[in-house]
Amino acid sequence: MADRKVIDARGSFCPGPLMELIAAMKMVQVGDEIEILSSDKGSAGEIPQWLKKVGHEHLGTAEESGVWHIMVRRSK
Amino acid sequence: MESGKISIVALSDKREQLQMAGMIASVGAVSGHEVLVFLSMNALRYFVKGSKARAPSEGPMGELMEQKKVMPFQDLFAHAVDLGGAKIHPCSMAVDVLGVQPSDLEPYLGEPMGLTQFLDESAGGQVWSF
Repeated sequence: MADRKVIDARGSFCPGPLMELIAAMKMVQVGDEIEILSSDKGSAGEIPQWLKKVGHEHLGTAEESGVWHIMVRRSK
Repeated sequence: MESGKISIVALSDKREQLQMAGMIASVGAVSGHEVLVFLSMNALRYFVKGSKARAPSEGPMGELMEQKKVMPFQDLFAHAVDLGGAKIHPCSMAVDVLGVQPSDLEPYLGEPMGLTQFLDESAGGQVWSF
């Protein structure tokens, strides 16, 4: 099973969570998963669009008590 | 991935203007665009190393951004370079008028650039001005 790294970007506003995700992406291997936590609703929409544009996999998003959990797999 | 060239002229000393410039620079750069930022006029002083200058707000959004500790625009520009390979250059005229040396500026800035080079490098792409 792939490793899953959790990035806590709660309290950060767009594009902060995206920048934290990209920084984390550079530290993991292809195939590894990242779960990013964001309290910013805009980023919950922005991050999947960025993933689609650059070619990484969006595994899903779940919202819980105002926090979005965005699951990502590095694909390249 | 479809991409293109984005050139940004940052002139303002206002928080909202510089924040938007930094947002476009950083998101554009990490999305595969070739990003070039030209810092001139009142914007440049915020990129002097150790500067404590505070960019004033032009309206309530700027105040809210400060209260809520939105990522500073300087950090967005640094991310544009570090994460997305953006090029950020100070305007050579502004460097001279401000009386600073290139070594006085933040290390993620490139060498001073003149308008002739900027106009040449920005040709054919999107150009945004703030």
